[in-house]
Amino acid sequence: MTRVIAAAEWGGEFDGALDPIIDLFRFPPLWEIELLGVDLSINRTILIAWVMTLLAGLLMFMAFRQPKIVPGKLQAFGETIVDFVRQIILDIIGPKGLKFLPLLTTMFIFIFFMNVAKITPFMMMPPTSRMAWPLFLALISWLVYVGVGMKEQGAFTYFKDMVVIPGVPKAILPFLGLIELVSNLILRPFTLAVRLFANMVAGHILVVITLVTIHVFLPSPTGFPVGIFGLIASPVVFAFELFIIGLQAYIFVMLTAVYIDSSMEPAH
Amino acid sequence: MEGTLNVLGYGLATLGPGIGLGILIGKAVESMARQPEAAGMVRTTMFIGIAVVEALALLAFVLAFAL
Repeated sequence: MTRVIAAAEWGGEFDGALDPIIDLFRFPPLWEIELLGVDLSINRTILIAWVMTLLAGLLMFMAFRQPKIVPGKLQAFGETIVDFVRQIILDIIGPKGLKFLPLLTTMFIFIFFMNVAKITPFMMMPPTSRMAWPLFLALISWLVYVGVGMKEQGAFTYFKDMVVIPGVPKAILPFLGLIELVSNLILRPFTLAVRLFANMVAGHILVVITLVTIHVFLPSPTGFPVGIFGLIASPVVFAFELFIIGLQAYIFVMLTAVYIDSSMEPAH
Repeated sequence: MEGTLNVLGYGLATLGPGIGLGILIGKAVESMARQPEAAGMVRTTMFIGIAVVEALALLAFVLAFAL
């Protein structure tokens, strides 16, 4: 961030300002902590994550602290979110998937709040644009759907059906089995993580470029039309980012539900 | 001229998923217009399809920076 703003204030020398681009995502540690040789330093990303988690927890706690039959405003808001996730589960898994409602609702709210830090003033940085967060969320999803598959179908049947797919001609079985195995165990969690990560990275870069454009061009005597264009474009960019934020949280939860559904049913 | 070919590669890699998304969403809209009562089911399936097609472009986006 600092290099971009510095380049902006020197009069828009963009040569090398956005290069390396990882400078937009990597922050220096505020407090150096090292425990048993593991670097546990606190930086801006983790502070944002803490604040957003606290905010999400507080909001949900306030919403469901004293549930009433006739919900107040906050409770109605909370119930809308839970009902939204419940509808996803009913559409994809069916009534027997309702035991995953707490997990998927938590996932949805967590991802949404982590992403929304991207367009929150004074934060402007989604923690999910560091690979650790989406990867960990995808790991939870992976553990859940593999665990469900092993519990519902038995460990042996689950893995056997993944490689030796029933009802497939013998000739193409080796290829299809391999593809299925790799796709189920490696590609699924990887694409789940990369989808969230790449969307957040792209969105963060877009927001930074929009804001830096305003910062550079609006005060300059010759380039101010570009600055005015940026000023008009920035609400559009922010609205688009809000849409992406919601969509990514929705898609993550929906794909987790699809994967859970596919490991609940025996292969057919 | 400076830079890497990665950027060009990313641009090329978006072509396939772009065409795919166009066909996919177009077909979904078509079927929703033909049968509005099935809109919910079509929309869910459409999003699953989008997620699968989009993965290619996203992999390219990440690899453009990583490689």
